[in-house]
Amino acid sequence: MSSRIRDRFRYLKKDGRKAFIPYIMYGDPDERTTESLVLLLEDIGADIIELGVPFTDPLADGPTIQSAAERALAKGVTLTKIIRAVSEMRKRTDIPIVLMTYFNPVYKYGTTRFVKDASRAGVDGVIIPDLPPDEAGDFIKEARGKDLDTIFLLAPTSTDDRIKLAAKSSRGFIYYVSMTGITGSKLSINKDLKESVKRIRSFTDKPVCVGFGVSTPAEARTVASLSDGVIVGSAIVKTLNESPSKLKRSVMALRKAI
Amino acid sequence: MKKGYFGKYGGRFVPETLIPALRELETSFRRSISDQNFKDELLSLQSTYIGRPTPLYFASRLTDRLGGARIYLKREDLGHTGAHKINNALGQALLAKAIGKKRVIAETGAGQHGVATATGAAMVGLKADIYMGSEDVKRQALNVFRMKLLGARVIEVNKGSQTLKDAINEALRDWTTNVLDTHYVLGTVFGPHPFPTIVKYFQSVIGREARKQIMKAEGRLPDYLIACVGGGSNAMGLFNAFLNDKVKMIGVEAGGEGIRSGKHAARFAGGSVGVFQGCKSYLLQDRDGNVLTTHSVSAGLDYASVGPEHAFLHDSERVTYTYATDSAALKAFELLSMTEGIIPALESAHAIAEAARIAPKLSKKNVIIVNLSGRGDKDVQHVAKIKGIEL
Ligand SMILES: Cc1ncc(COP(=O)(O)O)c(C=O)c1O
Repeated sequence: MSSRIRDRFRYLKKDGRKAFIPYIMYGDPDERTTESLVLLLEDIGADIIELGVPFTDPLADGPTIQSAAERALAKGVTLTKIIRAVSEMRKRTDIPIVLMTYFNPVYKYGTTRFVKDASRAGVDGVIIPDLPPDEAGDFIKEARGKDLDTIFLLAPTSTDDRIKLAAKSSRGFIYYVSMTGITGSKLSINKDLKESVKRIRSFTDKPVCVGFGVSTPAEARTVASLSDGVIVGSAIVKTLNESPSKLKRSVMALRKAI
Repeated sequence: MKKGYFGKYGGRFVPETLIPALRELETSFRRSISDQNFKDELLSLQSTYIGRPTPLYFASRLTDRLGGARIYLKREDLGHTGAHKINNALGQALLAKAIGKKRVIAETGAGQHGVATATGAAMVGLKADIYMGSEDVKRQALNVFRMKLLGARVIEVNKGSQTLKDAINEALRDWTTNVLDTHYVLGTVFGPHPFPTIVKYFQSVIGREARKQIMKAEGRLPDYLIACVGGGSNAMGLFNAFLNDKVKMIGVEAGGEGIRSGKHAARFAGGSVGVFQGCKSYLLQDRDGNVLTTHSVSAGLDYASVGPEHAFLHDSERVTYTYATDSAALKAFELLSMTEGIIPALESAHAIAEAARIAPKLSKKNVIIVNLSGRGDKDVQHVAKIKGIEL
């Protein structure tokens, strides 16, 4: 496991706290803003930063993140640039950084080369929503060799055998998708969510973090109480785009709630 | 070969949420196609509802005009709703019913698959929502109205390039959200496993019939098969019955304004291997793995990737892939209309264009079968506009 992510969860556990994992799209609205935002989020108390890699066809994302990707692509952001930027950021921060990317940019980059370059740049983990563990054999092997965490997703539709597979294939944490849906959908906190996290935990000791649809501090608090960490994406991306002056306050409120 | 793969192509590259549904679909599909009741119902509807077998027509005036090989047309344009798409849509509507889903969704480019799905849904009694890029809504206004008449809801997609790929993204997002009660009727031999296999199964009736028909007409197998390739379902449907024979096969992609212009949808001539919308195949993409916008005069061929089995047949050189430009397709559209009294779909006109190119070079003893995948009524308005004629 990447030592940064592992250390973070150990430390949180000792403190009895849950992870706060904000997601931002790299390059939205521009690269400089993203870089200062990473430092700001660290200051506010983020535990892990998820950096979105823009892609033309983000089929697991709702309109908010789709638009963010379009803005970033219009700025010329590429996976290559993001890896280089992480390596620059590493001069100033040690916060765990996870890339959230669709598979094709990684495939085109070359998975072997990607694993090597990303881990060397200081990327700690990767989430690839359209790469289920069944298709990720070689990628997992290569990532293991370089201490790059592979974080797989589970969903309300996942069966027991799939939970076992994702748990076995994941390093760092397991990403539980709170609903059958895309990012930015409305969250419904119900018994199912609690049961699902419990079911995953019956198969693994790895941290289980929950994302998709978490938007308000109240939701974040509830989700945190059920899991090991909370991922907030669309809500932050939206505030950053629509009312950037409110961003700091709203992220602080999320942090406090978790 | 790894399950769900054709050589190194194919696979199941979709969000986890959909994986259980795809596995369930695979199981139900296997069960259905070995169930005699299902097979009987399909067979009966193919004949009484679609109007199969579709004729294999000897195009004698086209043959004379071109002065070479004897050209036959497999008349998928004569099937119900006017294109081969109904073969798959009806099959999948029956499958959806067998699985117990109440609602179907589909993407559509030319609108033919949308019309076919709306038709299948109406016939089986399912609710249908059809995603269509707004660019295509403009190009294929007639089909939009047909879908509505058939009781389907047409959802316009105004994201990205506003064409077929964006409609597929939206359909996949919808399916991810509503997977528990919805079946996704994918319209071509593309997407995550088992779709390429399911769609090939339902389209293979084209080649099975054509094989018998040409044996009857000519007493021998053809020398060439020619079909246009969007996702590749009409081509796969025709080719599949001949893959083990000494028959040359040509798949024709959309050359748009030419490969060098960058405005085309010729994945084999201009693309490279990538992973897109559920499977690994050839893809029109940039250096960074982002998907390029495509162009074709025909909405049904205007797509950035191609069915994974075609990628396999391309690499193994079993099938030759070429392209026809917009202008070649438009010429062929008029050629077939005037010589044979058949107005082809602009998609099918790409296959006609290739036949017109090679037939004169072949001997009069050679036999070509062209898959006439659809009729051209839906394109008449668009062609008039291109010619600067106001209707
Ligand atoms: C008449 C017709 N032919 C061909 C196609 C292309 O699809 P495929 O390559 O799957 O046959 C379409 C798609 O809409 C179509 O409507």
